[in-house]
Amino acid sequence: MSNVVSALDGQVAPGEVTVRELGLRGMITLRGDLSSRKLQNICKKLTGVAFPKQGGVASEGDKGLAWMSPDEVLVMVPHAEAAPAVAAIEAALKGEHFLAVNVSDARAVFSVQGAFSREVIAKLAPADLHPDRFKEGMMRRTRLGQVAAAFWMVDEETFCVICFRSVAEYTFGLLKASAGAGEVGYL
Amino acid sequence: MSTRLQSSGRLLNKNNPVSFTFNGKKLRGYEGDTLASALLANDQLLVGRSFKYHRPRGVVASGAEEPNGLVNLGRDGHFEPNQRVTTQELFDGLEATSQNHFPTLEFDVGAINTHLSRFLPAGFYYKMFIYPRPFWKHVYEPFIRKSAGLGKAPKDRDADTYEHFHAYVDVLIVGGGIAGLTAALAAGRAGAQVLLIEQTAHWGGRAMVDQPEIDGMSAEAWVAQTLAELNGMANVQTRTRMMGSGVYDHGFAMAYERLGDHGPHDGPRHRLWKIRAKQIVTATGAIERPLSFAANDLPGVLLASAVRDYALNYGVSVGDRTVVVTNNDDAYRTAIALKEAGLEVPAIIDARTEATGQLPEAARALGIRVETGKGVATVKGGKRVTGVAICAQAGEGSVLEEIGCDCVAMSGGWSPVVHLWSHCGGKLKWDDEQAMFRPDPKRPPMNQNGIGFVSTAGVANGFLSTEGALTDAFAAGETAAKLAGAKGKADKAPMGADAAEQPISPVWLMPQGASYKLRSKAWLDFQNDVKVSDVQLAAQEGFESVEHAKRYTTLGMATDQGKLSNINGLAILSKSLDSEIPNVGTTTFRPPYTPISMSSIAGVAQNELFQPLRKTPVSDWSNDNGADNEPVGAWRRAFAYVRSGESVHDAVNREVKNTRENLGLLDASTLGKLIVKGPDAGKFLDMMYTNMMSNLKVGKCRYGLMCTENGFLMDDGVVARIDEDTWLCHTTTGGAERIHGWMEDWLQCEWWDWKVYVANVTEQFAQIAVVGPNARKVLEKLGGMDVSKEALPFMEWRDGKIGEFDARAYRISFSGELSYEIAVPASQGRAFWDALTEAGEEFGVMPYGTECLHILRAEKGFIMIGDETDGTVIPQDLNLQWALSKKKDDYLGKRAHERSHMADPNRWKLVGLETLDGSVLPDGAYAIAEGTNENGQRNTQGRVTSTYYSANLGRGIAMGLVHNGPNRMGEVISFTNIGGEPIRTKIVDPVVYDKDGEKQNV
Repeated sequence: MSNVVSALDGQVAPGEVTVRELGLRGMITLRGDLSSRKLQNICKKLTGVAFPKQGGVASEGDKGLAWMSPDEVLVMVPHAEAAPAVAAIEAALKGEHFLAVNVSDARAVFSVQGAFSREVIAKLAPADLHPDRFKEGMMRRTRLGQVAAAFWMVDEETFCVICFRSVAEYTFGLLKASAGAGEVGYL
Repeated sequence: MSTRLQSSGRLLNKNNPVSFTFNGKKLRGYEGDTLASALLANDQLLVGRSFKYHRPRGVVASGAEEPNGLVNLGRDGHFEPNQRVTTQELFDGLEATSQNHFPTLEFDVGAINTHLSRFLPAGFYYKMFIYPRPFWKHVYEPFIRKSAGLGKAPKDRDADTYEHFHAYVDVLIVGGGIAGLTAALAAGRAGAQVLLIEQTAHWGGRAMVDQPEIDGMSAEAWVAQTLAELNGMANVQTRTRMMGSGVYDHGFAMAYERLGDHGPHDGPRHRLWKIRAKQIVTATGAIERPLSFAANDLPGVLLASAVRDYALNYGVSVGDRTVVVTNNDDAYRTAIALKEAGLEVPAIIDARTEATGQLPEAARALGIRVETGKGVATVKGGKRVTGVAICAQAGEGSVLEEIGCDCVAMSGGWSPVVHLWSHCGGKLKWDDEQAMFRPDPKRPPMNQNGIGFVSTAGVANGFLSTEGALTDAFAAGETAAKLAGAKGKADKAPMGADAAEQPISPVWLMPQGASYKLRSKAWLDFQNDVKVSDVQLAAQEGFESVEHAKRYTTLGMATDQGKLSNINGLAILSKSLDSEIPNVGTTTFRPPYTPISMSSIAGVAQNELFQPLRKTPVSDWSNDNGADNEPVGAWRRAFAYVRSGESVHDAVNREVKNTRENLGLLDASTLGKLIVKGPDAGKFLDMMYTNMMSNLKVGKCRYGLMCTENGFLMDDGVVARIDEDTWLCHTTTGGAERIHGWMEDWLQCEWWDWKVYVANVTEQFAQIAVVGPNARKVLEKLGGMDVSKEALPFMEWRDGKIGEFDARAYRISFSGELSYEIAVPASQGRAFWDALTEAGEEFGVMPYGTECLHILRAEKGFIMIGDETDGTVIPQDLNLQWALSKKKDDYLGKRAHERSHMADPNRWKLVGLETLDGSVLPDGAYAIAEGTNENGQRNTQGRVTSTYYSANLGRGIAMGLVHNGPNRMGEVISFTNIGGEPIRTKIVDPVVYDKDGEKQNV
């Protein structure tokens, strides 16, 4: 399929902190018993990362696992691999009570990169982003401005932000405005 | 006259003179000035007119408590009214204008009100304007509106930007005076994460003026050393120009940072901080109280502390000759400071019978005349002070002597700033000895664990001496850090020393037995023009509660929220009621501490970020192709696609005809799509829907209704069975999130042991309705899956490829036409839409909007959630009994439907409505019945729920709920028509197009 496009088709707002739409990413909402060995194994097999604890995320490039709730994990794979990954999960968990559904296209993914990226996020999300308490490997499901969003840190200066596709433009606008407004000098 | 002194001016940078304008007049000041000090330096004593009587008013304070000095600042997109001159830092090019006067500040027609004050007593709004009734609207209100009010509302869009910031700290300390610094020192050393904020641009607070000794050094040196230590701690952050504006439940505090108010700037003007603190220490100091004597509102009468602030901080003398009026030792500092600056202090009028403390003795030693047991009978002067008349404080105001002066410095004692302590429920106690309310540490605001989360430190906690304040503040910081979980040691508290003071003697009225004439000129609330006599009148008229007296007199209701007036006012009230001050109590302290900009509350939410607008993969195409949008939740859906030269109505009519005759495309992506999966999913959906969903066969679709547990229709949509365990439920556009939450609510709270998972996949798909006689042709042209009648019958679905797209095709119809709804992944949505548009060209394809969708469904008598339903409508009202399963034991709403009112045969029921003249019924019109109800209103027998012009039928069509409607087919009734004759309308079948459904069944 040549015509697949993400919500903002890779839009970039360069600056001291750069906001970039990262294009399409494969995402699967997997609900089930997160303590199930089978569930954890298939997740690890598909992504190559460790299964996250409560509030955690593990990512490696386009692949990753994010803890979403006590019975939900987000499985991330390259976009083209999402449908086969759903099939693989369904095969692996046959007989268990679970739900695996491809939500890749229901999302938009951004990176927020730069020296004060923490502060760009802290302007918009009511979350504690102090470096002592929000670190790589942690996942926050919260809001940015007036919409639901989630984020984690890819490295010390880079956040990965996900939100619903329909509000991609609003979220990009928020991040761009907050990055453009400059540093707070607090975090 | 007020002027600039050569010698002093601690905060000024005299190497950097700046110019500004006041009422268009060009004036000069220095970097470091406030607008107030710069105005005073230019002898601009008069800064505004009072609210009610338009009396001339000058600056009275030097900080956030200022009631009089309010001006309009800036122009155009930067215009802002009601800005306090005392907190506005001066910058080059600042433009200020005075407010609340006509025609000019110096000559104001409204000042006549002061002579009418006899007719404008407390509560005059309530008393004077009751009769005759029409006079209120046509005479009184326009007059009051003209005379009342302070600044002008801005006319232009705000040109600045704003933002929010969220911070989490162990200990938030509000106030950067020596108490706040000390608390921060203790908390910081103990290892807590500390944020210390100060509302002004400077650290050190009053100590920098009053210069106590701390740890053997000057206050200035100690503050510098302490700041250096604090800034050296990684766990402590300090910020100036940031006001703690409010304290709320669960350790939440709001702070208002002014980034761009002190000169040209890049970036946001204000930043509103939303802070979660484990502990909050308020070191907010105290505010000096005015004294209530006659004409205490004349320009040139200031708080004693303000007079010395202006002299020492800004090198400004308010007058050459200053009379100090006091009931305490602290005001002697002003006399001494002025004398030392080379200015005249003709007398200190002390209401106390004795003044022998260190400060009074020092004043005497400087040769200043001290008069004890005396008071001010009245201040002399018009637009500025010319002298004071002295009397015995114990008497009724007989003048003993007049003293010429051009400034009066008054001090009635100090009130701790307890606002932040009180916002979330901290209680106060009355300290008789110091004549003030102070926080009662035994009754703090409690957090979620029942532990106090706010404490006060230093002067704010009622410790007025430097030594007491520092000891208290250190302990407060240490305790807060410990409560927040810090484990370190705070080390030792700094030691302070200042002149010992003798006790205050409370003076609420000067002289004590002042006559009515004097009392009616003794101001309590300068901004709202409330006098001693007004509060006494309120008490006399039975307004005994302080909250009632406040509202009746408007005491403390101005933009300064009574920072100067409240304590004096309630003391007068308590006296009038023969009660003790603590028994009368204070009014409620509410955030914000001082007004904050509305824009800071909005933050980044302005212009295109004002609210999130949701977009489908097709939205951009729609907006590029004439979409006239309507809001549907946060979506903007095309109401119609308007071509050039068309009206919206023309476009709708074209779309309606084309879809019935050729081919229409609708972007239906916004429809909710919920996946429900699990061994108990069928059982669950049987509870959610009124009809049966568990027996739906895989590959098939069924229309379903959802009711609330009270039986009212809440949503509808087509349900598809995907596999043995999985269903896909379509909801209305507005219902997607709501119904998802509804399902989760029942699963999590009621049927937590049922094995069902729900996921909202609304946005995963672009869903496009391909509608009309040519619908199959265009899909067949694109190729791929078999969409024939046989392969994909009505109310079934199939997965497959359409063209190159991954598609799920539902053969469902909301229009009565041959219709497919095709869902493709959202990332392919735009390309799929383009492909349909291109392939459909030869079949007469046109996109259609929501109005066309509504008309097509109304022609077929299909209901619409939100039109035919409004939260009071049940399925039976809409003749949907067929969708209420009798086979099921239970479903949400089933029991409610058995209630007598729900089963009442007299409920209005759905019918079609056809006007006799073919016109379109007004939306929401009522069907008129005979007679009137008990309120004298015309009886009704029904109402219109949907009404449109049908281009296919060439006339108006409508549906409505009518009493006994289905049994009255053919009957003619009348509907209301505002501004015209009632409309004669025939009751008809709701289905007015293709009754037998032949068009969709092909």
